[in-house]
Amino acid sequence: MKALGIVFSNIHDKYVSELTRSRTMASVPYGGRYRLIDFVLSNMVNSGITKVGVITKSNYQSLMDHIGSGKDWDLSRKNAGVILLPPYGAVDSNSLYKTRLEALKGILGFLTKQSEDYVVMTDSDKVQNADYADVLDRHEQQNADITVVYKHGNVSKSTAQQSIIYHVDKKTSRILDVMVYPDVRGMQDYCLNIFVLKRQLLIDLVVDAMSNGYTSFHRNILQPNCDTLKILGYRFEGYSATVDSLAGYYRCNMDLLDRKVLDDLFGNPERPVYTKVRDSAPTRYDAGNRVRHSLVADGCEIYGEVEDSILFRGVKISPGAKVKGCILMQDTIVSEHADLNCVITDKNVVIRDRRVLSGCPDLPFFIGKNMRV
Amino acid sequence: MIAMLLAGGQGSRLYALTSKIAKPAVPFGAKYRIIDFPLSNCINSNIDTVGVLTQYQPLVLNDYIGNGQPWDLDRAFGGVHILPPYQEKSGAEWYKGTANAIYQNLHFIRSYSPEYVLILSGDHIYKMDYGQMLEAHIQQKADCTIAVLEVPPEEASRFGIMATDERGRIVDFEEKPKKPKSRLASMGIYIFTAQKLYDYLTWDENDPNSSKDFGKNVIPAMLRQGEYLYAWPFRGYWKDVGTIESLWNANMDLLGEVPALDINDSNWRIHSRNPIEPPHYLGRSAEVQNAIVSGGCEIDGKVEHSLLSSNVKVGKDTRIEDSVIMSDVTVGKGVRIDYAIIDEGAVIGDHAVIGEPRSAGKGITVIGRGVRVEDGRSVAGGTILED
Repeated sequence: MKALGIVFSNIHDKYVSELTRSRTMASVPYGGRYRLIDFVLSNMVNSGITKVGVITKSNYQSLMDHIGSGKDWDLSRKNAGVILLPPYGAVDSNSLYKTRLEALKGILGFLTKQSEDYVVMTDSDKVQNADYADVLDRHEQQNADITVVYKHGNVSKSTAQQSIIYHVDKKTSRILDVMVYPDVRGMQDYCLNIFVLKRQLLIDLVVDAMSNGYTSFHRNILQPNCDTLKILGYRFEGYSATVDSLAGYYRCNMDLLDRKVLDDLFGNPERPVYTKVRDSAPTRYDAGNRVRHSLVADGCEIYGEVEDSILFRGVKISPGAKVKGCILMQDTIVSEHADLNCVITDKNVVIRDRRVLSGCPDLPFFIGKNMRV
Repeated sequence: MIAMLLAGGQGSRLYALTSKIAKPAVPFGAKYRIIDFPLSNCINSNIDTVGVLTQYQPLVLNDYIGNGQPWDLDRAFGGVHILPPYQEKSGAEWYKGTANAIYQNLHFIRSYSPEYVLILSGDHIYKMDYGQMLEAHIQQKADCTIAVLEVPPEEASRFGIMATDERGRIVDFEEKPKKPKSRLASMGIYIFTAQKLYDYLTWDENDPNSSKDFGKNVIPAMLRQGEYLYAWPFRGYWKDVGTIESLWNANMDLLGEVPALDINDSNWRIHSRNPIEPPHYLGRSAEVQNAIVSGGCEIDGKVEHSLLSSNVKVGKDTRIEDSVIMSDVTVGKGVRIDYAIIDEGAVIGDHAVIGEPRSAGKGITVIGRGVRVEDGRSVAGGTILED
């Protein structure tokens, strides 16, 4: 049984406009050395999927830079590997897509040419180490038409407006109803935007939706077909976090300081998370530093104090500087006696001497790429 | 110019550290292996064809080099080639010396028709632009250029020592002399004009009394024949890591505010095969002073003046000082490690005591690859523990 991977790189960009100003959601940096798409691509590769199409829309320079030939995910293959699917890639694609369904229309030509029986579709706004092979197995065993992956968890006021909620039959795992952005709270079965189905079925559904002028995958394909197609739910039990806002981004980074989460995402030697190699030197801790409860990537030089923070590759913390509850992206420099609390710095930020900056977890202080403060 | 890298050395003075791997594959600097340095120097000097001659315990080394991709040496033309000894119609031979090893691979060198051949060894830690050395070689119209370093007089008898005239032309060369005449030591880095290399290696091969060694035979023979040998002075960090002590010292040279060897130099990156590990994690009780830490480590104890390679776990109430911990080592709780080198995959049980403080003068304690030290066990300073 062979499956083709399809990744949507842009769909949720608008929710973290700060981070996606110069990049796609897929290339948002995360966890000290990763980009969000690393989880998706690693999940694909670890599940035996070696052909992955990445649908892009705009702003995808950083994504192309990051993916390169795909060799870091072992996806530089002669007959497969990672394939970027830019907009305007087909003869009849004369406008930019707005929805998932429209994006799929745009790659119908690509889908038709492939030979894999199945398609695994995912977004790139989630952090999770998921075994798609198990989803595929279950899909085949139970003879499902479509399998959707969901998580049982808390839906809060802030996330409800972005959530797709399923009604899952507890006995048969069948999806009874699909609710698009409903006004609900509390423990729900929410959609992780991972779908498995036959490639031919996907093509048929998309062509049919096109002829009807439909635009929404959930409203026009899943919702009306709950009775006519066998749509099954697959409950994902591992750690899963969604980058649905800047606060959400902050939270799911900070989750990594919990060892259980760290172990869930990175602890399985069979399912490593790959990323682009940067060849940084190991991190140097100089005399007088005080670093506690933090995740620190390679290539850092640390003299100052760091607590409850995530430091990306190449960050420098000068003597006397204090960093608490911060996410400092690649090559951030914190100068002497600066004091940062709940700050997110994008790449290449310089914090000058004695600057005092503070945010809070619900509203972290964000400093854009290449800024000097 | 193509490079030939001699990587067959056993490194017997590294004892347990090289009982299962070749010396160039010995881990260094919390992330690298020794061979990363000459390979990175090659690619940083725009040399894209490198033959790596292997012989002793090549498995880890071969695996590590692979297709050369980490050093950007996976090329359609050139790239990195592993050259083990092989069987010929007339019989099979091991490499009998550095010169013989190159001689047996002359057909490889000739297939690239290089004008110049760079000979390197895989057991030194240094950053060098071989391009500058080649420029000097061409400018001097030399037949062979040897990179030289000034060494302290008391160390001179460990090296090939040469005397030069005022222009840098070598007039005398002695391998490991008892009474060194100068402080100019050969770094074991040679650039030959290709034809001269072919001529002298063939000549040396046919000399039954030769021990087939560059320093002992080939260089002296060229001098006798009046060839122009030029000593190219190198200034910078260079360390032979042939002994446990020098390996430990070279590792420690990476520490400090201004380290003797800067490996975080974006203009001269040291490339290596990167293990797939998340960033390292420091727990609430961790304290890391004057140390280098690689990816995947989880630290709850205290680490001082030490290097931790990837995926090292350090338990609570453990204290590690003046030590080199290689990758995938697990150190339990309440452990004390002083002045030691712990090789890959070793497991140190809770409350074990490894080595003695450096000030005790007992020497470096070595725990070999994959050795398990039981809970509560004490390993005396200077001990070498092997499977």
